[in-house]
Amino acid sequence: MSPRRRPSGGRIDRLRTIRFTFDGTAFTGHQGDTLASALLANGVSLFGRSFKYHRPRGLLTAGVDEPNALVTVLRGDVREPNIPATMVEIHDGLVAVSQNRFPSLAYDVSAVNQLGGKVLSAGFYYKTFMGPVVGPLKGTRFWMLCEKIIRRAAGLGRAGHAPDTARYERMNAFCDVLVVGSGPAGLAAAREAAASGANVILAELDPQFGGSANWSGETIDGEPAAAWASDIVGELRDQANVRLLKRTTVWGYYDDNTLAAVERVSDHKASPAKGAPRHRHWTIRAGKVVLATGAFERPLVFPGNDRPGVVMASAAQRYANEFGVLPGDKVAVFTNNDSAYRSAVALNNAGATVATIVDVRAEISEECHTLARQCGAELIVGHAVTATEGGKKLTGIKLAPFTEAAGALSSGARSVEADCLLMSGGWSPTIHLASQAGARPLWDAELQAFLPPEAGKGWVGAGAFNGTFSTAQAIAEGFAAGRVAADLAMVEIGTLPDVEPAALDPRPAPVFEIRAKGKSFVDFQHDVTSDDVRLAHIEGFVSVEHLKRYTTLGMATDQGKGSNVPGLAIMAEALGKPIPEVGTTRFRPPYAPVSVGALAAERFGDLKPERLTPMHDWHLDNEATMYSAGLWFRPMIYGGPGETIEQAYVREARVTRETAGIVDVSTLGKIAVQGPDAAELLDRAYSNVFSTLPVGKARYGLMLREDGLVFDDGTTWRLGDNDFLMTTTTANAGKVMQHLEYFLDVVWPDLKVHLTSVTDQWAGAAIGGPKAREILAACVTGTKVDNEALPFMGIVHGEIAGAPVMICRLSFSGEMAFEVYSGAGHGIHVWEALIEAGQPFGMVPYGLEALGTMRIEKGHVTGAEIDGRTSARDLHLGWMLSRKKPFIGSAMMDREGLVASGRLELVGLVSLDNRPLSGGAHIVEDVDMDNPHGSLGHITAACFSPALEKYIALALVADGKARHGKRAHVSDPLRDRFGPVEIVSHHFFDPEGKRMHG
Amino acid sequence: MAEYSAFSLLRNALSGNRDWKPAWRKPSPKASYDVVVIGGGGHGLSTAYYLAKEHGITNVAVLEKGYLGSGNVGRNTTAVRSNYLLPQNTRFYEHSMKMWENLSHELNYNVMFSQRGVLNLAHTPGQLDDLARKGNAMRHLGVDADLMTPAQIGRRVPGLDMSQSARFPIYGGLIQESAGTARHDAVAWGYARGADRRGVDIIENCEVTGFLRDGDRVTGVTTSRGEIRAKKIAVAVAGSTGRVMQLAGIERMPIESHVLQAFVSESLKPFLDTVVTFGMGHFYVGQSDKGGLIYGGDLDGYNSYAQRGSLPIVEEVMSEMLALFPSLATVRVLRSWGGVCDMSMDGSPIIATGPLPGMYLNCGWCYGGFKATPASGFCFAHTIARDAPHELNAPFTLDRFSRGTVIDDKGQGPTPRMH
Amino acid sequence: MLITCPYCGPRDVSEFAYQGDGNRSRPDPSSTDLAAWNAYVYDRLNPAGAHNEIWQHAGGCRAHLAVVRDTLSHEISSVRFAREKGAPAHGRRKSGAKP
Repeated sequence: MSPRRRPSGGRIDRLRTIRFTFDGTAFTGHQGDTLASALLANGVSLFGRSFKYHRPRGLLTAGVDEPNALVTVLRGDVREPNIPATMVEIHDGLVAVSQNRFPSLAYDVSAVNQLGGKVLSAGFYYKTFMGPVVGPLKGTRFWMLCEKIIRRAAGLGRAGHAPDTARYERMNAFCDVLVVGSGPAGLAAAREAAASGANVILAELDPQFGGSANWSGETIDGEPAAAWASDIVGELRDQANVRLLKRTTVWGYYDDNTLAAVERVSDHKASPAKGAPRHRHWTIRAGKVVLATGAFERPLVFPGNDRPGVVMASAAQRYANEFGVLPGDKVAVFTNNDSAYRSAVALNNAGATVATIVDVRAEISEECHTLARQCGAELIVGHAVTATEGGKKLTGIKLAPFTEAAGALSSGARSVEADCLLMSGGWSPTIHLASQAGARPLWDAELQAFLPPEAGKGWVGAGAFNGTFSTAQAIAEGFAAGRVAADLAMVEIGTLPDVEPAALDPRPAPVFEIRAKGKSFVDFQHDVTSDDVRLAHIEGFVSVEHLKRYTTLGMATDQGKGSNVPGLAIMAEALGKPIPEVGTTRFRPPYAPVSVGALAAERFGDLKPERLTPMHDWHLDNEATMYSAGLWFRPMIYGGPGETIEQAYVREARVTRETAGIVDVSTLGKIAVQGPDAAELLDRAYSNVFSTLPVGKARYGLMLREDGLVFDDGTTWRLGDNDFLMTTTTANAGKVMQHLEYFLDVVWPDLKVHLTSVTDQWAGAAIGGPKAREILAACVTGTKVDNEALPFMGIVHGEIAGAPVMICRLSFSGEMAFEVYSGAGHGIHVWEALIEAGQPFGMVPYGLEALGTMRIEKGHVTGAEIDGRTSARDLHLGWMLSRKKPFIGSAMMDREGLVASGRLELVGLVSLDNRPLSGGAHIVEDVDMDNPHGSLGHITAACFSPALEKYIALALVADGKARHGKRAHVSDPLRDRFGPVEIVSHHFFDPEGKRMHG
Repeated sequence: MAEYSAFSLLRNALSGNRDWKPAWRKPSPKASYDVVVIGGGGHGLSTAYYLAKEHGITNVAVLEKGYLGSGNVGRNTTAVRSNYLLPQNTRFYEHSMKMWENLSHELNYNVMFSQRGVLNLAHTPGQLDDLARKGNAMRHLGVDADLMTPAQIGRRVPGLDMSQSARFPIYGGLIQESAGTARHDAVAWGYARGADRRGVDIIENCEVTGFLRDGDRVTGVTTSRGEIRAKKIAVAVAGSTGRVMQLAGIERMPIESHVLQAFVSESLKPFLDTVVTFGMGHFYVGQSDKGGLIYGGDLDGYNSYAQRGSLPIVEEVMSEMLALFPSLATVRVLRSWGGVCDMSMDGSPIIATGPLPGMYLNCGWCYGGFKATPASGFCFAHTIARDAPHELNAPFTLDRFSRGTVIDDKGQGPTPRMH
Repeated sequence: MLITCPYCGPRDVSEFAYQGDGNRSRPDPSSTDLAAWNAYVYDRLNPAGAHNEIWQHAGGCRAHLAVVRDTLSHEISSVRFAREKGAPAHGRRKSGAKP
């Protein structure tokens, strides 16, 4: 066992040895160790490099507030950067590396930045790097050169490119009481709330419940505090109404008492247990929250306070008591309050020599004198540490007499040898979650700390969170908070628990900084010094937010947990104002950094559902190339061997026009519109009239938005007097449904109509072409499909392959065509029957490309033209705007801007150079390849037309109709395609519609 | 006040950094000004700067309710671009872009404008055509834009999931190389310092509580620091436009206030050298010079002035980021925040005279206001000084809605949360 | 944020679709008063404080709800079915509400 390891005590299991590596060196530790405690036990003192100056840094804390000791954990190729070593539990095979150093942690070339010293003061980058005003480095070029170098030097860990293979999951939980923090206060609250039968969740950040009980060295009612805690945890564990979550960071407090937490389920293991995720994202809806989140000890600001070996007093105590590790052999203490004396005693009990206790206060309590004597330390009151000595490791400190009232040092400096300096600058309650919930913190001059206000609407606080640093009082508060949270009648706790040793005076001296020569760090990770804070003051960045933003104070990965208050105090002193007038920032989620993977949870790798039609597998089996359309997948082409996309769609379209083709139209939005006022609703929603539509017929309809622009189009079928089936475009299915529901529910609640989305209930196949009717006739039973039984826009019911079908004779392709709808469960059978019936005729299945080609030939509009900016008239659909009735959009559609000249209008284009056209190309009168300008509009869709044997396109062109017959040019600088086109009518093919009318 | 330079840094370092001067004065408000600008954010400050610089109007006060730059100028995700579809927008934002390119020199303040490119991804051929339409529209106005193939994208942005098995495979993209990012706070501070140096009074912690009226005409404001009269009163309070206009008795505006969340990861070594946007959701990500990935997604989608977001959007944004960058699952979110956006009815801003005599209005920036900061101030100052719009902001009127001349880049109609 | 749907009970905000300002009144369909239409389509009250607004329980019963919510605190003070003009409804039909 390492010489720094105590023979017994703490949470570690000395019988279980664990092997891991740090920066390639093999180390051993014990079950229960963190990477920090294990390395400390191995004598490691250098853990990281700071952000700006690349200064060598050791462990400052033992917890989530660690600013210095950040490492990258490697799992194969997967890198997990910026994890505090204090939060990494070691396991066999753990591989961790240090960060932000080159070539090694011990020798980092960027440490040269320290020579920059005062030039690299706060905000220096705003004042330089602007470069020359003229010449090759003018504009942004010089800065961008500098930026390259700065970016490389900045940053901390490196993220990898290898996809994370871990699994993350999400859980929803509901409880009456959520207790955050499992120290004595939290445990007391959880016990009391649970005893009443309330559903309780107890969440603890650390791997072990108990909080300070695990390291305080106190006894509670005669029992060691750790044992007291573990007894309560044991009780709670047996209760069905209690859920215990350890390794769980409650990081977000959202509206209506919704709290977000991340549980690190498997990070402490070499590999997750079967079925277990790496992290679990908890969304907890709590009736009431007990905030028992404790407090953070604050550093003191003095020159050299960042040297490895300078550590928070409570952290040292934690290492000694909780992990059985001594952070040093010869210890000095520097404090402005009583709590560090207990830490000194703890270190002494653990076997360290406590050489000196330096206290800024001239007078201290009798208890403190006793404690100092108890640990054999020389007590030097009325002094302050003015410097630290050593290189990358502390060897000693310098101190000088200090007058608290004046904050001044006087002569009489001396040195003390020490390899570890414990510091304590008082405590800041962990009020982050309350602040997120909207609580405004209040400054307490006695405790020199921001405290939460009394209690919030959804939460109640207990213990150190409230500024209550006595364990006995904290337990009493926990008891009370548990009762309040569980909605129980308030009763007194009876007798306070007997906690030994008795609590010390929690009030620190209001000393935050010792001003002496040398860099004194306020924010350790970001290298913000007290001089930086004063510089911000000189330059007028005095509001707390300006201070933060200008100096980057509190913006590091520890989020200023330790540095915020000292920073504010130094600014307050510079301003000559009390601290609360400088203000405090509002904390925002997350309380501590949480993994992106956890928050994405099961949507990592599964962002959106896939919508598949009933015929999806058939398409795949028949060589379809699939196209993603919103959430849907649709066949783009059914490519033959060696066929290009163009060859495939041209073949499909040509065969369809020559004989027949079939396309899957199941994705079209379908809404059942039913009820006595169904026709009235359609009259109001569509721009044209539907009430006159006979039963058994369909009609093409156009919808406008309230602002008078085109919203959507589709056919609606009248199946009965009060029964319509509306179809919408695939893309707008959901929007149209919502639009109609809104009007029905909010604007016209008197209309008796029921809307049901039936998109997924119906499978649809459109079969078109000169042979379509024959093919249909060959497989449909129970109805005729001739012109008389099934005229254009007629609807019949029959059966195909034994399945009931509904057939409507309507055409998007411009051919004689039929849409065959069957129940989705029958879709594939009906489809296969149609395919089989089509085989003798040479019918082909066709995809979206051929569908698009035929609709372009016909000049039908789709989403590319209905782009939310076009009016019905722009699309030559003015004839669909009924003048007989008002409808949605009718009042607004004639505003001056919508009827002005110069609007983009739908036209057809024919390529005159016999080369392909592309969607997104622009149209100009005269080509200027070097300096494209004068756009008249753009191509919305393009294809090779087998019917015309030409490359054609639809386009939206300014005053398009007036340009029919005129020449223009495509101008597509992005794809380097320029060339002449003729502007024509959008009705390229069979404008009279002879083919579809038959 | 001394110019900032490497030399001044060195000189001041030698004197222990004790001789720097405040970046701007902290004057008390005077009883009256020629122009009072309400709102000490980017737009208000740049307006004051250009009033002084371009129009010689220096008897100007900028009134800020909180600390300077406390609104959206310090809450955005810092992208600067002019990749718009419609010419009215593209012209305006491109003018802004040109101003950005020289802004650090103009202000003698390094705003760290980094032209690292903004890449819009397409996931289907149809989306790529839409991007081509936009890119060609830009090119026809002299703005740079280029299509990228998946192979080019993969090389440019390592870490992107380029596999065909992705839920939304990357089919191509549109890049504007001249676009990029800037340091948001520096823009506010740089304009503040520049305006201050030209005599503008920047008055922080001065909340406007009402308007002084002479009939219809506004003649001044009441504030938490007393009455201030002015010949012209300019409102540049995007995010709070509804609130301030209600003080002037204008109950309704073509604006909704929505909260937009943004996120920053812990600092990382350079991971991403450009700004990337997702085509199947409203997600974008870039990396700051400090190393944090700065990213965001869609609006929370309901009216809010609370500057706090909701959890479902957090989950959505993280999922979208991992759909693009599956290696980032192990990276940790450091901070999140919410900004209140003035969502206009067509997604485009309003910079106009009125609606009351003596009043000038600059609002409706949706989530595009940061990049507009230079041009917005430039055009607004022109509008205030000349009582008529500059040609660049002439389309951005308040009456374009009733006239039907909306500028709807996304084609979503009067549904502000969709823009 | 939780919205208490009078039909389904308290549900997470992610189940609801926001349908905007509930203070607008649609002019008579045959009205030709363009100013009134313009106000209805484009102008919003947008208060900082209590706001009447419409939400659809899109991931639930699909009813539209008239909600009064504070835009500063996100606190909801009342919810009722939008189709029932003026009827108070927050917490109504408690028996049908599932937590």
